[in-house]
Amino acid sequence: MTTSYEENAVGRMIPPEVNDQPAIPFKGVGKHKPAGRKYGPPIATCAEYPDDGDKRVPDLKTALVEAGLKDGMTISTHHHFRNGDLVANQVFEAASQLGVKNLTWFPSASFPCHEPITEYLEDGTIHHIEGSMNGPLGRFASQGKMRGVGVLRSHGGRYQAVQDGEVQIDIAVIAAPTADPFGNANGLTGPSACGLLGFALADSQYAHKVIVVTDNLIPFPCIPWQIHGNYVDYVVEMDKIGVPEKIVSGTTRITKSPDRLYIAELTAQFCDVVGIIRDGFSFQTGAGGTSLAISKYFGDIMRQKEIKARFARAGSNQYLVDMLEEGLIDYILDGQTFDLEGVRSMRENPNHVNTSPFTSYNYHGKGNFASMVDVVILGATEVDVNFNANVVTHSDGYLLHGIGGWQNCLFGKNVILPIPLFRDRIPIIRDEVTTICGPGELIDVIVTERGIAINPRRADLLEAVKDSDLPLKTIYQLKEEAERICGKPKSAQFEDRIIAAVKWVDGTVIDVIRQVKE
Amino acid sequence: MFSIGYLREENLSNIGTAGNKGADIRSDCLVTLELTEGGGLCINLESKVEALYKDSIIELAEDMLAFFEVENAKLQIEDSGALPFVLAARIEAAIKQCAQTDKEYWPELILENQYQTEKDRYRRSRLYLPGNTPKLMLNAGIHKPDGIILDLEDSVAPAKKDEAKLLVRNALRQINFYGAERMVRINQLPRGLNDLPCVVPHHVNLILVPKCETPQQVKQVDERISEIAAEKGLTYPIYLMPIIESALGVINAYQIASASERVVAMAIGLEDYTADLGTLRSKEGRESFFARSQLVNAARAAGIQAIDSVFSDVSDMEALQEVVLESKALGFDGMGCIHPRQIKVIHEFYAPSQQEIEKAQKIVQAFDEATQKGLGVVAIDSKMIDPPVVKRALRTIDLGIKSGKLPADWKSGYDN
Repeated sequence: MTTSYEENAVGRMIPPEVNDQPAIPFKGVGKHKPAGRKYGPPIATCAEYPDDGDKRVPDLKTALVEAGLKDGMTISTHHHFRNGDLVANQVFEAASQLGVKNLTWFPSASFPCHEPITEYLEDGTIHHIEGSMNGPLGRFASQGKMRGVGVLRSHGGRYQAVQDGEVQIDIAVIAAPTADPFGNANGLTGPSACGLLGFALADSQYAHKVIVVTDNLIPFPCIPWQIHGNYVDYVVEMDKIGVPEKIVSGTTRITKSPDRLYIAELTAQFCDVVGIIRDGFSFQTGAGGTSLAISKYFGDIMRQKEIKARFARAGSNQYLVDMLEEGLIDYILDGQTFDLEGVRSMRENPNHVNTSPFTSYNYHGKGNFASMVDVVILGATEVDVNFNANVVTHSDGYLLHGIGGWQNCLFGKNVILPIPLFRDRIPIIRDEVTTICGPGELIDVIVTERGIAINPRRADLLEAVKDSDLPLKTIYQLKEEAERICGKPKSAQFEDRIIAAVKWVDGTVIDVIRQVKE
Repeated sequence: MFSIGYLREENLSNIGTAGNKGADIRSDCLVTLELTEGGGLCINLESKVEALYKDSIIELAEDMLAFFEVENAKLQIEDSGALPFVLAARIEAAIKQCAQTDKEYWPELILENQYQTEKDRYRRSRLYLPGNTPKLMLNAGIHKPDGIILDLEDSVAPAKKDEAKLLVRNALRQINFYGAERMVRINQLPRGLNDLPCVVPHHVNLILVPKCETPQQVKQVDERISEIAAEKGLTYPIYLMPIIESALGVINAYQIASASERVVAMAIGLEDYTADLGTLRSKEGRESFFARSQLVNAARAAGIQAIDSVFSDVSDMEALQEVVLESKALGFDGMGCIHPRQIKVIHEFYAPSQQEIEKAQKIVQAFDEATQKGLGVVAIDSKMIDPPVVKRALRTIDLGIKSGKLPADWKSGYDN
């Protein structure tokens, strides 16, 4: 077996096949250019659908049966309800009751609320997951308990896989905060309002069968139709599809940790010194506590300089909305709203625009937004001395996070990772990361509380900081400093068995994850 | 049979525990040692970082047990990501609850920690760090306080005093505070005298003497430090900062300030002081006006720095700013802080304002000119400037330079 493994462009050994499908080793950024035509779903005929536009069926199980649910199918769901999703678990509960086996679950992301899915992985209803495996599901997979091999993709990579036919969705189940009987749907109103439904866009267009599930059915027309009813086969009304306080938790606040605030301040200062923060610039900072603090510091600098940003890509929340309303930002191009202020703003403000992985991230698009952003702030669990970074596994080897939009955002003009030099005793900068999720050539700056390391490939940035009083160090110096404090860590120990493959944004395999030795 | 050299005493027990565990605990560990009557050593480790550091933790534990000649014991380590010096302090503390020994297990004193500080260095901010809470210590230096205080007194629970002493000792040897003056607040005397042997040999820069009421107390600390320094052959200076926290202390302030050559600054602690007066600490602070003024006067008379009390509302930066400005106006040089976020505000507002600096620059410039021309009188726009005004201006310039608000070579480009 091992002999047929092939080394990819970042030095990782890639098996010839994943889940019996050929695996293409990562070739380098922008190297893989598949030819041919995009995948197309079966031709539909409107004559087969009710003239009165009423596509309602009594319940989810009926919808799944009518959609032709059977063994081995690929079923998709979406994560716009985040940890408040009540739909995905019910899909597989129904499938399990129907005795269906060996399904592939193709979520846009999973959350701790999906822990019950382990039951359906155990009883054989689900063969494997293609999508993020967070927390309990990741641990389950890392322990080697999943039958098939998990496949991790970025949000953009998911769109790519759908468009080039790598993944063919048999049934998409789209949870909709508001919908009409025709299947038009949006996320702006209703008890489970989440803002937008962009993660479900590809599924609505390419799945063989599409089921819309809602707890806020309104008469036709549902305006705006973020999801077009013309793609939808069935509409199911339910009492409750999400837990509002877990959908838009509103708990994300600017960090109070003095260490994180310091890192945030240093990051903003760096951006200012190198000239990123100028009139008309664009940024994406994310919604974590440190990221929010960076947005706030950006705002302070903009006010002081009397300049504004042309757009911010988001993850929106109250802080970003405040900046939009204050006039510090012309547009928010939003991929998901994290609190009710974000939802409200998207509903009311035409400059707060809903986007999807198609517009923002898709590898098979004729360009996308991610590469136009001046500065992107991202996280990582580990970074190596070549600036390769990991976001999916921890240093102990366990798969605990999804990729999200992280890989896609690496295409921003300046990619900065503000991270503590060590967490508890775990150094972040390693000789080699446990799992490579992003190649070092796309990662420009690491900002830690003990210094800033600039990727040597970025001679322009090194030049720009030459005369500044920023605490600059090499990545090797940072690594040594962490190891002096923490001790040199051993690497995690693995079994041979591969439990997941990590796809690059173009569909090639950048790394694999193995079962943890326990 | 217990190991040779171990005397069983009344206050020793078969089981020793040190450290902490729990949901909120990070960078710490709970160590439980049970001496057994045979069976050798049994080490049981549960660690959040087992995959990365299991071997090195076990190695450390074995080395320490051998060092302290423990031959038969069960050692349980429940680790929440403790750094090696924390693990070592906890293991040593657990051993010392079970066995009488004079031995000490010292981690390396890192080179970066072997610096001395100047008597009159800037002491605007000094950040309190509870002496038994490792996670708050590790990154304290990155916030660039003028000083850090490893506290053995009020922030450490009575039952944890002994283990805190070992943790503080190891912290002094291992944590890089990036140039902050390294201070330790010992316990109130007489207990505090017993803290000194654990602190003095580890390159501490300054000792805070809490609840100081008499010059004799300062002398006692001074003498004990000198004894230890002589015994260990220590050559670096160790300064003292008495903290006045009672009516008697206020009355004796000048005698305390001038009790020893080591005293470089004197601080006031208003919580205890107002309690001693039988009043409450108010926001306006009228009740402590006399004490604070007295302290400033005594400090200046003794030629040392006057340091104000802490401000306890860590979320109210505007109120802190007011407090700092008032404190500076009263003549204080700095104050304590209990959260890193306070440091920036304290530095900003104890430092001279831009306006004050500009005025001082004019005066110093005029003074220089007068000196060059051999004039006895300094004047600006035909207005005479008195010598004390010049003295104050020189001090403002000095503070401006130290606080980074004025380049040290400002005169070279100065053009009024």
